[in-house]
This record gives sequence, structure tokens and C-alpha cells, in this order.
Amino acid sequence: MKCGRCSKPAVLHITELRQGEVQAIHLCEGCAKDYLSHSQASKGDGNPLLENETEEASLEELDQKTCPNCGIAFKEFRSQGRLGCPHDYVVFEEEILPLLENIHGDTTHLGKVPVRSPQASQLQFQLIKLRNELRLCIEEERYEDAARVRDSIREMEEMEHQTAPPTQADDTP
Amino acid sequence: MDLESLTRTSGEWLKATGPDSDIVMSSRIRLARNLAQFPFPSRADDSVRAEVDELLKTQLAKHPAGRKLNYIVVSGLELLDRQMLVERQLISREHSESHGQRGVGISDEENVSIMVNEEDHLRIQVLRSGFALDDCWQEINAIDDAIEADRTYAFSDRLGYLTACPTNCGTGIRVSVLMHLPGLVHTKEITKVFQALQKINLAVRGLYGEGSQAMGDFYQISNQVTLGKSEEQLIRTIKDVVPNIVSYERRVRQELVSKNRRGLHDQVSRAYGILKTARTISSEETMDLLSSVRLGINLGLIDDMEIPLINELFVHTQPAHLQKIRHEKLETVDRNVARADYIRQRLNERR
Repeated sequence: MKCGRCSKPAVLHITELRQGEVQAIHLCEGCAKDYLSHSQASKGDGNPLLENETEEASLEELDQKTCPNCGIAFKEFRSQGRLGCPHDYVVFEEEILPLLENIHGDTTHLGKVPVRSPQASQLQFQLIKLRNELRLCIEEERYEDAARVRDSIREMEEMEHQTAPPTQADDTP
Repeated sequence: MDLESLTRTSGEWLKATGPDSDIVMSSRIRLARNLAQFPFPSRADDSVRAEVDELLKTQLAKHPAGRKLNYIVVSGLELLDRQMLVERQLISREHSESHGQRGVGISDEENVSIMVNEEDHLRIQVLRSGFALDDCWQEINAIDDAIEADRTYAFSDRLGYLTACPTNCGTGIRVSVLMHLPGLVHTKEITKVFQALQKINLAVRGLYGEGSQAMGDFYQISNQVTLGKSEEQLIRTIKDVVPNIVSYERRVRQELVSKNRRGLHDQVSRAYGILKTARTISSEETMDLLSSVRLGINLGLIDDMEIPLINELFVHTQPAHLQKIRHEKLETVDRNVARADYIRQRLNERR
């Protein structure tokens, strides 16, 4: 979803009640700051979200929350509007569910389900984690570690291949 | 697939062979999919992107659901070639402007295109001429099944297919139709259509998707919600509403003809005349005039021209196509001359 004021991806979704009318506003980070500071100035009584120090502290804490697998911080997601890996939906679940409710009016999938079961997902998440590690090893020029991590990735990929569930045709009695 | 030869052909979806193709230019469905064991493209470094690209390129080479796909390494293309693929609706602007190893698999008829390493690892798209969403769904579903038989997608029981942007999560489906609505634009009734569509959560965009302006009276109507409703339900919503817009447009056109046939005949004939004789013409004016001519042909007011050629001109008169046709880089002023030359040649060769 794009910001209602410019073309950047929207990260803040506000539902406002104005004279009994519900209004949904979608804004990018820059426009959101602008919007919040304006509404604070115009209302005089300030924006409770920004005024309350404990709220502010917990927002900062939330921004630091990081996915152990892909390494993305919530703050990065907020500014870019893109998640880093599938596991982020688990790590940031509390924050993402209201967002999904806002966008789709629902938080439960209906429709197509892949034949391959998602039960193997722990293994998949591990693989993303290892790939992130590999990246860091190479960046920091720790090549022996990198080789070890690469071997682990190969091993896990083999495992993943072996544990892959049978195709649908084999499944039906 | 030879990119040079693309300037002499057009996609099957422009041939106006599908149902209601006088008003519904094309139907399109796309699915967003990700491989479970990799970070999403925006979070992937160059080596991971390359790995995903290699993996999926190999996968697409297996002809999913019997579809032969030509794989084009988009990251290896010049800007002009990438722009040409955008103009043909085969890749998105985002895919063209992105970085790192990425590609697209395209069927010969240009009905299927599968982007690799766009916002998601896979963006599968099926296009059809006219109002043919069921055909699109059947085909894309089969392709999706075939890829999924070999690859594990990122999926959660609760949230469905997991995508880089939460706006696509769930079914990952975008169902859209591209409609030509000159009658409703002319009478300004189009705003009523927009309001009605907004109420049922459908988005209206221009010819080139998100953020693009409506040109040539073309509007793309698509779903916004992807989670909580099944693919069939989401397709149904669009399928139910499109016939109403089609008959609304037809009614308005008939009214225009019965009220002022001579005026309308004059307008479309002048548009045709300008296109056949102009020496320099902007992209915007071209789209406007082509729209009038298209309307004129559909109403039987112009009888020596065919719709598929007009459809093709909407694409071939875009900046990148013109420069590929002329084999040179052209600034706006020269492009306008080249555009006028090209249109004259194409329209006059028919006589």
C-alpha cells in the first residue's frame, strides 16, 4: 500500500474518528511524522502517543526488536514497508496482526494451501539464519567460519530434500 | 527470445480475440510467492539473490504445466531493453529499476511472465485478451502447482502465503482487468464507477499499474484485499462487477451516438486524420487520439482499420519501443517526430 500523500510505501495506518465518520489514513514514515506533529500542534492537548513517555520508550524498544533469522529490526520494516524473511511474521506477530486486520479486514487465510506442508518450517527458518550468518562471516572476513556455515547449509538442504512430503498423487488413497 | 524482434510483434493479449475485448482490453492474474529457505529479495545480499535466480531459472526451464518459457536475465539488460519489457507489461517498473541478479521467464505468446527476484522471489503473471479471468486462473494455478511440486513456498497455516509486503500476504493474488472506457470518461460518469468500486474495496489504476496515470481512457481494476478471502471469492468479486461496467459503457456509447452521431463521427475521424498525417506528436496526444479511433472502430464509425493494430500502437508508440525500432537513443523532441513517422507508416500501410 502506498502513502496517501506521496508515493512511498505506507508504514503507518491510522483510523481516525472525525465527527462520527471513520477515516482510514495510510502514510509513509516521513509523512506520518509530519502528520503526527501537526495534529499535536493543532489539538493543543498534544498527541497522547508521543506525549506519554512510557509509550515513547516502548516504541523505541519495539523499534529495536530484531528477527533472529534475517536480522531485520522492526524499525527497518517500518521505514521500508518490506519484511526481511518469512519468520518476521512470527517475530513481529503482535505488530503485524493489527496491520493485516487494517489492510485486509481479516487475519486468517482462506484459499489455496500448498501440497508441501509448512511443518518443515523450522528447518527453513534455520536455513535463513545460517545464510544471514554466512553473510556476516564473509563481511567480517572470517573465512573458516564461513566455510563451516556453508557446510551446515548444504547439510540442511539435503535434509530438507529428504523430508519433503510426498506429492499429492501419492497422498490420495 | 530475441528482444530485437519484439518490436515487430505484439503480445497475444493485444489481439482482441477474447470475450468483450471491445471494452475489456485484457484480464490478468498474478501470484506472489517466496521460497521458504531464503530471505525476501530486499533483504538478500548479492550471493543469495544469485542463488535464488539460478534455482528458479532451472525450475522454469522444466516447462511448468507444459509452458515453455524464455528466460531473460533482466540484470544483464540495457535500460532501454528493460523499459521495453515494462511497456509490454512483462515486467514491473520496480523489477526494471531494482538491482542484483534477477530475471523473467516469458512464454512465446507473452501470455505468461514469471519475474524472479522482484519484491518477492516469484511473481507469476498470466494475461489474456478480453474478459477471461477463469482462463487466467486455471493456467496460473497449474503453473503454481507445478513449481510448488519441487519447491517449498513460505507459507503459514494462519496467514497463508507469506510475502515481503503484508499487503500481499494470504493468497498473494492480484486479479485485474484493463478496461477501455472512453464513453464513461467523456460523460464524466466514470467518477460514479470509481466511487462504487471503492466501496467494495477494489482499486482503480492507470495503464501501467500502481502510481501510473490513466492514459488513453484505460483503467485497471483490481482487488486490494488478499487475506481472508479465497482466490475464487476474490476473482468472483471482479467477475461480478465487470459486466455492469461493460454494459454501462455500452449504454453511454449508444447514447452518445444517438444524441450526436455527426459530432462523434467528426471527432473520431479527426483523431484518425491527425494520426495519419501528423509530423510530430507527444505520447499523451497519441494515447488520446488512439482512444478516439478505437472508440470509432468499435462503433462502426471508422471501417477501414482494425482493433489489434490500434491496440499494438498503444504499446509500440511508447518511448522505449520507438527507440528500439529506430535503433538509436532519442530525446523527447526527436522521439515525437519518430512517433509520428511510425504511426503514419503503420496506419497508411493498411490502405
